Amino acid sequence: MPQLVVKGLQVGVETESGLTEILRGVDLTINSGEVHAIMGPNGSGKSTLAYSIAGHPKYTITGGSVTLDGVDVLEMSVDERAKAGLFLAMQYPVEVPGVSVANFLRTAATALRGEAPKVRTWVGEVKDAMSKLAMDPAFSERSVNEGFSGGEKKRHEILQMELLKPKIAILDETDSGLDVDALRIVSEGVNRVKQEQNLGIMLITHYTRILRYIKPDFVHVFAGGKIVEEGGPELAERLEEKGYAQYVKA
Amino acid sequence: MSGLPTNYLTPTGREEAWRFTPLKRLNGLHDAATSVLDRISIELVGSVRAGFNIETVASADLPPKSKTEDVIIQRVRATASKITHLKIHKEAVVSEPIFLKRSAGAEKEFSRTVVTAGAHSKATVVVENEGAGTIGEEIEIHLEVGANLTFISLQEWNENAIHLGRHHAIVGRDATFNSITITVGGSLVRLLPTVEYSDQGGSAELLGLYFATDGQHLEHRVRVEHGIPNGKSRVTFKGILAGAQARTVWIGDVFIRGNAEGTDTYELNKNLLLTDGARADSVPNLEIETGQIVGAGHSSTTGRFDDEQLFYLMSRGIPMSEARRLVIRGFFGEIVSKIEIERVQERLMNRIDSQLAKVGE
Repeated sequence: MPQLVVKGLQVGVETESGLTEILRGVDLTINSGEVHAIMGPNGSGKSTLAYSIAGHPKYTITGGSVTLDGVDVLEMSVDERAKAGLFLAMQYPVEVPGVSVANFLRTAATALRGEAPKVRTWVGEVKDAMSKLAMDPAFSERSVNEGFSGGEKKRHEILQMELLKPKIAILDETDSGLDVDALRIVSEGVNRVKQEQNLGIMLITHYTRILRYIKPDFVHVFAGGKIVEEGGPELAERLEEKGYAQYVKA
Repeated sequence: MSGLPTNYLTPTGREEAWRFTPLKRLNGLHDAATSVLDRISIELVGSVRAGFNIETVASADLPPKSKTEDVIIQRVRATASKITHLKIHKEAVVSEPIFLKRSAGAEKEFSRTVVTAGAHSKATVVVENEGAGTIGEEIEIHLEVGANLTFISLQEWNENAIHLGRHHAIVGRDATFNSITITVGGSLVRLLPTVEYSDQGGSAELLGLYFATDGQHLEHRVRVEHGIPNGKSRVTFKGILAGAQARTVWIGDVFIRGNAEGTDTYELNKNLLLTDGARADSVPNLEIETGQIVGAGHSSTTGRFDDEQLFYLMSRGIPMSEARRLVIRGFFGEIVSKIEIERVQERLMNRIDSQLAKVGE
């Protein structure tokens, strides 16, 4: 059973004044089929955790380890991490002008599956996944993320997750900027992939709103670059009432 | 050979208009002392169809309607005794593109062409420049009332060609001028894609793409002159440079004169540098003499690969080399896809691919 294990992860970022530490020893284990909500105030390092695991070049790993099914993830290139089964749904998906969604999806699927998907089944697969996310088929002719609304970008992220079939998905503030309808459609998509593929999910969020649609098995409170409290779904309810104030140093 | 009048100044390279151009590489074309052949170098591909005709007329019968400060173009005008005139008939809708092929000879040569898009006509004209040559040329394009013209100029020269040209549109009342300038070949290409308006309600879109590899100097000096109210212009030029001696220059002069109220303009230049040592100059210049306009803006960016784009693509399992290829092809494709002629699109992308392969992309 796929398992992502983060142990004592320390991460910094180069700044003008040298390497600034952001993650100060993160421990987290995610098994397939589990939903882990990572909740915390802005600037606590939640996104850094997501991007470090995905391999963004901006971050320097200064300590600890990340393994997927026992294999060292930190030694892998960004594309190798995806091939190993990791997926990051980004908070701010990047525009790639001139590259159509259709071309992008097919190129990614080809890279991940090791061979080009058969045209006939692939077109059906994409259409089907798009209709489940209430996306217009004309969408596939547009340039990747260019001119997409906030909701369209997030749907496009979940569409990729559905088609690329990862083992573990990290959803970085997928709920931000979504209205209630879009949040519901996106959450249904996440739940569907989870059920069909027994996906393990790291759900990074600032708000409890999305947790009404995607039920967490575990809740981790993130502050000052590490996990400061852990619990079940009831912890999220407590955060809803009391906020993060108690975790943030004055 | 025509003896040239001596009252033309030879650029020295210190002039603002010539400061980016390596004059030594012009093979003397800019030099007032050089004799240059007066030769018609453009011909129609295929036969004349309904809706247009093409003829050779005395230059004096169709004198230039626009002014130019460019000394080479002034010499082109003085030298050309006969010119090619492509005339799209009034209210004609020419469904298939009209292809004009330029075949330069072994000598240095000048030529002048006029394209007239008749009132309420609609057509696409493609000028194909291939092979070798040392040429100075002007194409003046007259859009009469309500005309809709797509003008595509393709510089697919071989590696030795030298090409100095001005492609100037005069946009009439409610006329629409769409131009696409693609420069992928030539040793030295210096083009002036320029526009002015002769009446209100005219609209111009100038798209361009240039790809310079090692040793090429590709220069585009766009100029849009809004001297009439309620004109619209959009300029988008994109460039890629690969190779230590690859050199591009983009100038975007947009003038909104005091009486040009209701003008709506935006110009954009984006350059992508693939290797060290390549140099792209980008100089947008917007001069506004009236506040009564719809909008005016410009943007210029020159940079290397966007790490965020590569990270995004790679995070979906796409290897680095493939991700770079996607970004580069996407960069080109944005402009090339606007040419709605499939075989031209394919030919250009193939050429771009083979040039990219040479530089290891």
